[in-house]
Amino acid sequence: MGLLEGKKLLITGVLTDSSIAFHTARLAIEEGADVVLSSFGRQMKLTSAFAKRLPGDTPPPVVQLDVTSEEDLAGLADAVREAGFDRLDGVVHSIGFAPQSVMGGNFLSGEWEDVATALQISTYSYKALAVAAKPLMTDGGAIVGLTFDGQFAWPVYDWMGVAKAGLEAANRYLARDLGPHGIRCNLVSAGPIKTTAAKSIPGFEQMEANWPQRAPLGWDQTTAEPTARTVAALLSDWFPATTAEIVHVDGGVHAMGQ
Amino acid sequence: MANTEQEVLAGLAEIVAEETGLDAADVALEKSFTDDLDIDSLSMMTIVTHAEDKFGVRIPDEEVKNLATVGDAVSYIKGAQD
Ligand SMILES: NC(=O)c1ccc[n+]([C@@H]2O[C@H](COP(=O)([O-])OP(=O)(O)OC[C@H]3O[C@@H](n4cnc5c(N)ncnc54)[C@H](O)[C@@H]3O)[C@@H](O)[C@H]2O)c1
Repeated sequence: MGLLEGKKLLITGVLTDSSIAFHTARLAIEEGADVVLSSFGRQMKLTSAFAKRLPGDTPPPVVQLDVTSEEDLAGLADAVREAGFDRLDGVVHSIGFAPQSVMGGNFLSGEWEDVATALQISTYSYKALAVAAKPLMTDGGAIVGLTFDGQFAWPVYDWMGVAKAGLEAANRYLARDLGPHGIRCNLVSAGPIKTTAAKSIPGFEQMEANWPQRAPLGWDQTTAEPTARTVAALLSDWFPATTAEIVHVDGGVHAMGQ
Repeated sequence: MANTEQEVLAGLAEIVAEETGLDAADVALEKSFTDDLDIDSLSMMTIVTHAEDKFGVRIPDEEVKNLATVGDAVSYIKGAQD
């Protein structure tokens, strides 16, 4: 029996086959889950094309969700029901965005409007997605998000780093408020992976530099597989009493001095 | 199955037209994706992905950068099929 046999999962954030969410969806399907994806606007076509490259006889349905749209958030539960899912056992938040004007060394010059966009899409949306999906999580379940270690000031990450620190705090509060409903909330803190989002960070090379050398286990930036496996594990029944946690999937870098 | 250059161009033009709303007849070999057809990186990713599915080839990210014109893409797809 697969690790996620019979689980019904909403997986956001599949843009291409480099997306962490793509590999999460692939593993989830291989492990027996029923998956519904979400995407939005002009990215929808790309998500739908990559949905067809996932395993299974029919590609997973794709529902519309722009996390900055109140309307999409309010309609999410109905859209998921219409896609054939009467309940959800798990939700993956694999969403992040910041305008280039607040990354790449622009910490001091970053202006509020752009910072606000970064925080809305990368931090607040974690809570907003959870609230939107909660009516379907009638038997409890798991919510998993993706962070990049928010404890440190990294080169070029700038306001995205602040957004991630906020996401890590939001995860603790979400776990506090959804725990009584049997919903676990955890984050996976991944090392650098060459995805579309990562490549849009000006100077991303400076963040990934030496990661493989610093990691006791080594690190391969070209694959999201280890990260996706850990997300799948957190969605499973094998972390039954774990919530408000951050699991590092970074080869061990977070615990090293130099 | 390998296509002729004409078939690849016609198929690609259809994909570009669908993504951009341009007339397929305007998608000629010498047209630059960015300068002439005004295609941004998200549209280019969508076009490349649909072209991969249609022609049964893989166009790696590192290659996409080198595909400046429609003709470049047609030759790459032809080469990858052969
Ligand atoms: N790639 C890395 O190095 C890395 C490391 C640690 C954490 N992460 C995190 O992993 C998550 C997934 O990113 P990825 O690296 O797979 O890149 P990606 O570009 O494949 O995915 C980012 C996703 O965010 C979605 N998104 C952006 N704005 C949105 C909006 N308004 N509404 C709904 N969705 C929106 C995009 O559609 C896209 O699918 C992000 O939270 C990212 O910060 C990435």
